[in-house]
Amino acid sequence: MSKKVAMLEARGITRVLGEGEAQVTALKGVTLSLRAGDLTLLMGPSGSGKTTLLSIFGCILAPTAGTLLIAGQPTAGLKAEGLAELRRKNIGFIFQSYNLFPTLTAVENVMLALDVRRKVVADPRKVACDALERVGLGHRLKSYPSKLSGGERQRVAIARSLVGDPSIILADEPTAALDGVNGKAVMELLADIASDKSRSVFVVTHDSRILPFADRIVRIEDGSIVSDVRQKRALASEKAS
Amino acid sequence: MVYTLALRNFIHDRISLIVTLVGIVFSVVLMAIQIGLYYGSQEVITAMIDHSGAQLWITPIGAQSFDDSPLLKGGEKYAALSRPGVAAAIDVAVSILNWKRPDGGSQAVVIVGIDPEDKGLVPWNLIAGSTEAIHQPNAVIADKAYLGDLQVKGVGNTGEINDQKAVVVAITDHIRSFTTLPYLFTTLTRARSYIHAAPDQSGFVLVRIKPDAKVEAVQADLKQSLRDVDVLTNQEFLDRSVHHWLFATGAGAALIAGAVLGLIVGVVVVAQTLYASTKDHLNEFATLRALGASSGYIIRVILVQAVLSAIIGYLIGMAEALVINWATSDTQLVILITPMLAFSLFLITLGMCVFSAISAIVKVTRIDPAMVFSR
Repeated sequence: MSKKVAMLEARGITRVLGEGEAQVTALKGVTLSLRAGDLTLLMGPSGSGKTTLLSIFGCILAPTAGTLLIAGQPTAGLKAEGLAELRRKNIGFIFQSYNLFPTLTAVENVMLALDVRRKVVADPRKVACDALERVGLGHRLKSYPSKLSGGERQRVAIARSLVGDPSIILADEPTAALDGVNGKAVMELLADIASDKSRSVFVVTHDSRILPFADRIVRIEDGSIVSDVRQKRALASEKAS
Repeated sequence: MVYTLALRNFIHDRISLIVTLVGIVFSVVLMAIQIGLYYGSQEVITAMIDHSGAQLWITPIGAQSFDDSPLLKGGEKYAALSRPGVAAAIDVAVSILNWKRPDGGSQAVVIVGIDPEDKGLVPWNLIAGSTEAIHQPNAVIADKAYLGDLQVKGVGNTGEINDQKAVVVAITDHIRSFTTLPYLFTTLTRARSYIHAAPDQSGFVLVRIKPDAKVEAVQADLKQSLRDVDVLTNQEFLDRSVHHWLFATGAGAALIAGAVLGLIVGVVVVAQTLYASTKDHLNEFATLRALGASSGYIIRVILVQAVLSAIIGYLIGMAEALVINWATSDTQLVILITPMLAFSLFLITLGMCVFSAISAIVKVTRIDPAMVFSR
C-alpha cells in the first residue's frame, strides 16, 4: 500500500509483566510498522502500554511473543550486547526528563552519543556543533544542562538523538515538561527531522497540542491498538512521492 | 569521551572525591610506612653483617643475631686460620653493657670490639673524628642517632662503661640497631676488658676465604674441625637474624599486619565511595546503556574513575610518606622507601582501586536501561 520503507516492523507483539497473581498483559498482539519520513504519535491513557511498546521498539525490553524487526533485522534471540548494538546503529532516544549528563556541556553531551555510537568522524566536535546548530542551540554549546531551560535541554537531547544518523527516533513524552512555546518548538523540530525520508520518528505522548504535527496517530488502549489514522498532510506527502 | 565523563563524574561530587582520596591517602601512607619500617628493620638488622665483608661467620651455637649472642669459647680464630681455604679470620667481640651517662643515669649499649687494622668490621659513614682515633685511651665511636640517649653532644664528650671512663672520639651516621640500643665501637682489647673475656675470646669470628677456595667447602671443613660453634655463610646469618627479630619476636608480622590493614581500609573506602558514586550516576549509566553503549564502555568509565582515584591518591599519599620518611631520617626509626617499594605501592594502589570497582561494575552491569523511562 505504502511506497515508504518500513524502518521498524512489529508483528503480534505481546508483553506480559509480573508473575503469578500480579501478572499483567501490557501488550496484546500489537502489530505496527514505522515508515521512513513519518512522524507517528502513539497516544493512550496511562497504563495502556505506551511506554512498554516504546521500550520494546527501543530494544530495551524484549517482547514475550511476537516479532520485531529493526531496519530489517529481527531482534529475537539477541542478547543484551546485540540489542545494544542495534540501538547504537539504528535508534535515537529522546526522553521526557531529557536524561542529559549534568557534568558535560551541551556539545559534550552530543559528542558522547557520537562516541557511544562509535561513529568515526574526522571532527566529532564539529559534528556535535552542527547538530546543535540545527536545533538552534549554536549559542549554547558550552552551557551545562543546569544552565539551560527545559526547552533548550530537550533540544540538546534531540541533537544527541540525531548524531550518528539513526534511522529511528523514539521520543518519550518529549513535550510533557515544556510550556506551549517550547513544546511547539520541539515538535516543529521533530516534524522537520521526520521529513527526512531516511528516518522515522515515533513519539509517545499525552499531549494533544502536538497532534497537528503528526503524519500518523496511533491510539492504544489496554495493550491493543484501537485506531491508526494517517493525517491529511502525510497522505498528501505519499501521493506526491 | 570515556575519560571526559569519568573525570567529570570523579570531580563532580566534591565530598565523595575527598572521602575517596582520604581513604586512598591513608591506605598508601600506612602501607608505605609499615612496609618502609619492615625494610628499614631488615636493613638495620643486617647492617653489621652486610658491612663485615665476611664470607663465613663462626658464631656460638644458636646465636640468633649480631646484637644478641653469647661469647665463643676462645681460640676459634686460630683454629680457623689453620684450615685450608681460609684467608683471614677476624675476631669481633659483641656484648650488651651499661653506659653511665653524665647525669648519673644509665643506658644499655651494644659494645662492638674490633681492630680496624683487621679490616673486619670497621665503622662506616664517619661524620666526625677518625677510625684511627679508636686507639686513643678509652675511645669509643658512637652514632649520631644515639647521642641524645648517651647524653653526649659530640667528639670529646665522656661517659662510663663498667666504671671505666669512655670518650667519644668519632661519630658515625646511620649505624642504627633494631633493638634501638646504641652501638659503641671500641678496640677488641678494650671490649674484652669491658666484658671480662679471655684474650682469645670473641663473640664472632669473621672468615674470609682465599680466592681459589669454595665457600661451601670451607664451611663444611670448618664445621667438621671446630666444636661447639655454628659456621654460617653471610646469607645464612642474615636470614637467621632477620627471622629472629622480625618473625620470632612478631615485630615483622605486626608491621605486615599494619600494611595489610592499610590495604583493607583502602579497598573498603574506595569500594564504598565508588559504589555510592555509581549509584548516584545510575540514571546516567542507564541512559548510556539506552543510547547503545556496550557493557565494556560503561565499565571503562568506572575503571577510569578508579584509576584516577588511584593515581591522585597515590601521589598525595606517597608525598606524605616521603615527608614522614624525611622527618624521621635522623631518628632511631628507620623507614626505607626504595624506588622499587614506591613503584610496587603504585601497582598495589592501582590494583586496590580496580578491585574496589568490582561492586560498582556489578551494579552497573545489572542496570535496567528501561529505568530511563521511569518518571
